[in-house]
This record gives sequence, structure tokens and C-alpha cells, in this order.
Amino acid sequence: MLEGLLIGLQTALSIQNLLMVIAGCLIGTFIGMLPGLGPMSIIAIMIPVAISMGDPSAALILLAGVYYGAIFGGSTSSILLNAPGVAGTVASSFDGYPMARQGKAGKALTIAAIASFAGGTIGALLLMVFAPALSSVALLFHSAEYFALMVVGLSAIAAFAGTGQVAKALIMTVLGLIMATVGEGALFNMPRFTMGIMDLQSGFGFITLAMAMFALPEALFLVLKPKDLKGDGDGEIKELRITGQEARAIAPVVGRQSLQGFFIGVLPGAGATIASFLGYAVERNIAPKKEQEEFGKGSIKGLAAPETANNAACTGSFVPLLTLGIPGSGTTAILLGALIALNVTPGPRLMVDDPQIFWAVIMSMFIGNLVLLILNLPLIPYIAKVLAIPRNYLIPFILFFTLMGAYIGQNNATELLLLVGFGVCATALKFADYPLAPLLIGFILGGMLEDNFSRSMQLYDGVSFIWERPMTLGLLVIAAILIVLPSHRARRARARQEGVAEGD
Amino acid sequence: MALDRWIALVLLGICLAYGYAAWFTMDGNLAPFMRRNPIWPSTFPKVLSILGIIVSLVILLGLEKSEVKLADIDYRRLGDYHLGQALLLLGLMVAYALLLRPAGFLFSTSAFLILGSFILGERKWHVMLPIALIATFFVWYLVQQVLGIYMRPLPGFIGG
Repeated sequence: MLEGLLIGLQTALSIQNLLMVIAGCLIGTFIGMLPGLGPMSIIAIMIPVAISMGDPSAALILLAGVYYGAIFGGSTSSILLNAPGVAGTVASSFDGYPMARQGKAGKALTIAAIASFAGGTIGALLLMVFAPALSSVALLFHSAEYFALMVVGLSAIAAFAGTGQVAKALIMTVLGLIMATVGEGALFNMPRFTMGIMDLQSGFGFITLAMAMFALPEALFLVLKPKDLKGDGDGEIKELRITGQEARAIAPVVGRQSLQGFFIGVLPGAGATIASFLGYAVERNIAPKKEQEEFGKGSIKGLAAPETANNAACTGSFVPLLTLGIPGSGTTAILLGALIALNVTPGPRLMVDDPQIFWAVIMSMFIGNLVLLILNLPLIPYIAKVLAIPRNYLIPFILFFTLMGAYIGQNNATELLLLVGFGVCATALKFADYPLAPLLIGFILGGMLEDNFSRSMQLYDGVSFIWERPMTLGLLVIAAILIVLPSHRARRARARQEGVAEGD
Repeated sequence: MALDRWIALVLLGICLAYGYAAWFTMDGNLAPFMRRNPIWPSTFPKVLSILGIIVSLVILLGLEKSEVKLADIDYRRLGDYHLGQALLLLGLMVAYALLLRPAGFLFSTSAFLILGSFILGERKWHVMLPIALIATFFVWYLVQQVLGIYMRPLPGFIGG
């Protein structure tokens, strides 16, 4: 392995490849900030450039840099504007945006940058050590377990919700799942619930829904009730640095989430989105009671958890790609296409036949993360200045970017009308204190959930997979506990308050 | 009845309509060979509709006790806020959606940005105009020329 490392270092540290990493990170960060262009589309756009270079190591290094940059760029827009452009950064806006509202935008971005760096670096270390062994474990997960894992993820959302909010969070999740069934499913080849409208054939767009649920209601609230966007600050980005106390608070979170995120990322299909949501939910549930109340109101732990997890998961998703040749996510699928175009076949033979590519990619992950950190930390004050733009200009621009995000993805003007319609509904839901995040999470996971459910139903000719596969059953039991627990706890707390003796 | 329960009523209606479609109308034109499958296109929606109906009833009937929280904006006094501005901006977005194709990207976007600031009370034309025009052109250049996503720049009748 040491020999491989040296080969990788030698390749990755050449001047050309270093420039590639830097260029990739910069391009990724800046384009990733535009909502509507996630890592997948940016990598797809960069592929012609990468292929024309001819050198597979350099091409992969460039694309890996773009990938990391895009994820960091996506986090900036969800933290500063509550406009997550990528599913994997939705969870970052839960606590990142409240922080920005309190005038701590600089600190939030710094935490995001450092958490991403740690997640990515620890992920790359794990990738180096575990890649060969993990690929066989990932194959043990069948569709039944994926189904159960997603049910766990969705019920964890019930745990997100505070007291008296479980039913609301659940109905929003179900609504998201219902919206995911609109359009043509992959397994059935028949349009469902389109009401004969052609534009609904391909279902609702993710970006459209994300913008309508988060950015649009937020902008409308700002219009309705003008308040200082900069929060308490006077335009100055203060509190850029993290205090030692805060660093100690987030260090264990970063450690846990790097591991958890990485292992979730290894599972094909799970990826950064599930990792970030689960990471957020887990950290919220194990935090002390006092800190739990801060989640959703600008908790540094709540921001560090999803940021670490999604970067670690991105690294994890390289495991099945590099060792089995199976892309675990849309992004790695595009990378696989690029590799094949460069005459490299990922798979078990890659480490033997082209060790310099395998190790160069891993080394470039370290370098990419480092470059991203070095490039971004000095840039943060300038990026955070976005919030100092006068409201009269900022709000039209936020609205314009939500519209653009929805339009670029689908190139369909109907999508814009849907955006406005959903945005109004979302604002009404927000008035009535319904949580909006579960709806989007349900929508994102809905398609995968149904596919895996259907596949297990077909394999087992019925629902018997639930009790025939112990791992599935175990995960589903966890999910049930997650839903029942919060309301049970609330009931007990109420009983205690009223002075009624507990039954047990 | 509070707004959240009215919304629960609406959601119950949506779930009922969805459930009706899933249980009674969807399977009508299912191919005979598909009927042998353990899973039909309507299976998952059927499960969802039942879940949705149960949970919306829980909210509607107020089975889960919840504390009344003071939201950021009190919807009962909506008139006290800048409701007019918000509605105008929404109307502007709809107009943008309808005009983007026929009027071209450059015209509709700069108009959107200028009118947006105007609605919010900005009157400094010498700042507004250049910012809107430069931003419009910059985004168009980025999306069309750099990223290669087609956007019709000019109105159709000029040949854009």
C-alpha cells in the first residue's frame, strides 16, 4: 500500500495535476452556488473538457475537484439564502440558514468548510483502508434492506419534529411520497396521476420543489415582514473564527459523522442525501436535552453533522465505483462514463492493472479537500457579503435564481408556474407551522423507496421479505420505535406535568 | 378552527382523491399479464393513501396535543404586513414564466429584475438599470455560452 501511495503522490503532485485540482475546485464552487446546477450536471458539463485532455489521471483529478467544489458551493447557497440547489445540502440549511440570520454567516461557512474538509479527508482515509473489503459488504445489502433503510430515514424525520409536531411531520412526509409517485415510474412504464397533463409525465422536478419549499416562502416572508437580513450585525462579517469551545463541541460530531456518512455512502444508491439527513437526525437525538432545542435554530452541531456526512458519503460512493465498477449514485455513474471514455475500466482489476490511477484518485481527494479549504477560508468574508446586498436588490435576485434553477433543469416554462403555485402552498403551510423539510425528503426518497419496495415484492412474491430477512425486520422495528418514541415521551412528560402518577 | 386544521382538511381531501384514483380507477387498464405480478403500479399509492388519511385525521381531530407557538408571522393579521408587495411579486413571477419563451431571456429577465426592485420601493434608476442589465447579460452569457444550455435571448419576432 505504501508503494501505491507514493505512486499516487507522484502523479497527483505534478504541476499539471495540481493546477487541475485547483481549477476543478474553483469551477465547482462557483457553478455549484447557482441553484439548479448540482454536482451531477456540472460534472456532465465538464466531461468533454476532461476527456479531451487524454490523460485519465488528470481527467479524474479534475472531475474529483469539480465534485468537491460543487458540493461546497451548494452548501453556500443553502446556508446564505436557504436555497439548497442539491439534495445533499438540504439538511445543511436547517441550521446553517438560522445561523446566517443571526449574523453568523461567516462562522457558518467556516464550520461548513472545515466539516466538509474533515469529512472528505477522513472519508478518503477510510477509502484507502477499507475499499477492497467494503465492496463485498455493500453487495450484501439487497433491495429489501434499502427499502427498510429508507423507511428508517423517513421515520427519523418524525424524530426531527418537536413536541406535538409528529403528526404534521408525518403528513408532510406522506405528501412528499405522494408527489414522488406522480409521473412515469421506472418499473412500470405507465404514467400515474398525471391527470392527462403532458408536462407532468416526467413528474415534478426536484429543484422546482426544493426552491418552492425553501427559498420562495423565505423570500416572501422577507417581503411581508422586512427585517434586517444581516441580523444583528452591521454588515460586518464578525465572528469568523470558531472558538475553542465550539471546536470541542463539534469535534465528536465530525468524527461520528465521517464514519457514518462514509459507510452509508458505500451502499450503492444511498449516497450523500440519506447520509446527511440521517447524520442530522442521529446527532439531534443523541445530543443533550438542552442542545436538542437549539437544533433548527442555528446549532453548530446541526450544521457540522450534515456537512461532514455528505462529504464523507461522496468519498464513500467511490468505493463501489473503483472496486466493483458499479456506480452508486448519479454522479459516480457519470464519472464511470468518463472513465470508460478514457479507456479505463473500473472494477476489481483496476488496482492491479492501473494502480497509478487508483492511487492518484485517492491522493487527489486529499489534495482536493485541502485546496478547497485553503481557497475557501479567505474567500468566506466575500461570499458572506451576499447578505449585505440591500434587500431591494437581493430579493428580486433570489426570486430570479429560484426561477432560473427550475428552468435550467427542465427547460420548461410550465415548471415555473408550478414553482409559483407550490411556493404559495408552501407559504400557507409555513403559516400554519407545518414543517416543510419532511415533504422534500419524502419526495427525494420516494422514488427509490418505491423501486426497492417493488423489487423486493417481486423477488419474494409478496411481503414475506419483511420477516424472512432479519436485517430488514430489524431496520423496520427501529423505524417503528422512532415514530412511537417521541409521542410516548411527550405523553409521559405531560402526565408528569399534570401530576398524574405514571402507570409503570 | 385554526389554519392548521383547515389545511389538514384540505390534505385529507387530497389523500381521499388520490386514494380513490389508486383503489378504483388506476387498475382498470392494467394489462392482464401485469395482474399476475405481486406488485401493481397502484400498490404503493394504495398504502400511501391509507397512511395519509389516518395522519390527516389525527391532525384534523386534534388527537395529538400541540402547544400553540407564535410563528414568525401571524397569519390572522396578514393585512398588517406588506401583503400587496408580496402579491405583486408573485404576479411578476407568473408574468415572467409566461413571457420567458415568447419575449426572450434578455428582455424578460431585465424587466423582471427592474420591476422587482421597483415593487420593493427602489427608485434609484441610475443604480437599478445598470445592475439589472449587467446581471442579465452575465447570467445569459454563463448559461448559454459557457454551459451551452440554450436560452432564446431575444423576442421571437426579431429572430432571437
